[in-house]
Amino acid sequence: MSYFCREYHDIPVSTGTTIMALEYAHGVVLGADSRTSAGSYVANRASDKLTEVADRIYCCRSGSAADTQAVADLVSHSLNYHQYQFGRPPTVWEAACDFRHLCYTYRNNLLAGIIVAGYDDKKGGQVYSIPLGGMLVREPCTIGGSGSSYIFGYVHDQYRPDFSKEQCVAFIRKCIQLAIHHDGSSGGVIRIAIITADGVERRVYFNTETGQPVTKHKKLTELDTSEESD
Amino acid sequence: MWSSNIYRFRQPLWPGDAYDFNADPLQHTHKLPLEYTTPGPFGTKHSTAAITTGSSVIGIRFDKGVMMAADTLVSYGSLARYQNMERIFMINNNILFGGCGDFADIQSIIRGIEQKIVEDQCNGDDIEMKPKALGQWMTRVLYDRRTQMNPLLVDVVLGGLDVQGKPYLANVDLRGRSHDDFVIATGFARHLTIPFIRSAKPKDRDFNMDEAHEMIKRSMQILYYRDTRNNSQYTLGVCSPKNCGIEGPYQVAENWSYAAGIKGY
Repeated sequence: MSYFCREYHDIPVSTGTTIMALEYAHGVVLGADSRTSAGSYVANRASDKLTEVADRIYCCRSGSAADTQAVADLVSHSLNYHQYQFGRPPTVWEAACDFRHLCYTYRNNLLAGIIVAGYDDKKGGQVYSIPLGGMLVREPCTIGGSGSSYIFGYVHDQYRPDFSKEQCVAFIRKCIQLAIHHDGSSGGVIRIAIITADGVERRVYFNTETGQPVTKHKKLTELDTSEESD
Repeated sequence: MWSSNIYRFRQPLWPGDAYDFNADPLQHTHKLPLEYTTPGPFGTKHSTAAITTGSSVIGIRFDKGVMMAADTLVSYGSLARYQNMERIFMINNNILFGGCGDFADIQSIIRGIEQKIVEDQCNGDDIEMKPKALGQWMTRVLYDRRTQMNPLLVDVVLGGLDVQGKPYLANVDLRGRSHDDFVIATGFARHLTIPFIRSAKPKDRDFNMDEAHEMIKRSMQILYYRDTRNNSQYTLGVCSPKNCGIEGPYQVAENWSYAAGIKGY
């Protein structure tokens, strides 16, 4: 496609994505890939789809990048004001309801699939799923985005409700890696956020063979040119 | 009549067909267009797609109350996305509500009903909402949205104990059409289960609770066999003078033994 043709500029930018969140004993763990695509072009290969909306509440964004950024900004503003009014931090349920209100009211004009996850003192770690259409449901383990289609079976088989923190992280890494392998709209690094009463820990894992951020150009194994047959 | 249609308008083929305003007269349309648009730079756009959907709901009225069942699946197109959702709701001690169709719209309707209950409580007269009154209100709401060309894409079953404990069961659909009967079903269940329930009904009396329960169990089994958007788990709402609540989830009984004897095709 030529740079000068109309289609090049008019393709909406979307976070064709894999996102995921799990509840565990002390809080929640969220994960996402980092690719933002515009059709077949990778607009941003290191985007951050885990967005903070309150001190202990994050959201995972999938769908149209513009739509989800706008919605997340609005909710983050609303929760900040809520904090001044109530004199206490917002609960995860309140944040999820704010998201749901926007996603349902403007459902015909938005393409936004959102996972809200966080920690509050009332109910501990919670994960809420808000798919297209704007319904709201709490799920202890939930996946979303275009890449999630490829890992429904894996998650259904391998998920256990009693994972520890590091087991959650390892599970999420594996799931997103598998999704990236098959989904063209997912790729890049794997971003993780761990939210507990003590705060938010952010991690980045690299999807390369070695697990290191930088790899070198190398020749793979020699082709077997032997003439002997088996 | 059919041969002298010089205006090339499509004649109504089935009851209600003449009210399909959006149909191209020459086009055989059961389906809504994907979007309703108002022309002009400030025109509106309404999508007509239901996104996260629940499948059938069945309700049966028996001598002392009503019983209602729905499976626990909310689908995302053909993906069985949320497998543990309750689609039967207890509104108060007299009313059960079952929702089929777009689940975000069902959740929105439930929130609206809860607001109505709170308004009633503000009167301080201890009068509780009754199922027939709720049914009338639902009809108005759904008909109004249909008239605005922005329907709530739902098919609703509601029932319970009306004044003087009389059992009441009704259905309201996305067009604002409503009726009440001893058996109500939405979606696939309308085609698969209503016929056998109607023929099993004794002519001189209502079902009793056990018969109603057997009808429901058989219906959920048939729906699991024949509806691709069902799973094998369901919740059951019962509203009788003794108690009103949601039971379950129950698992349907399956019988695949005949499959072993089939060969070839």
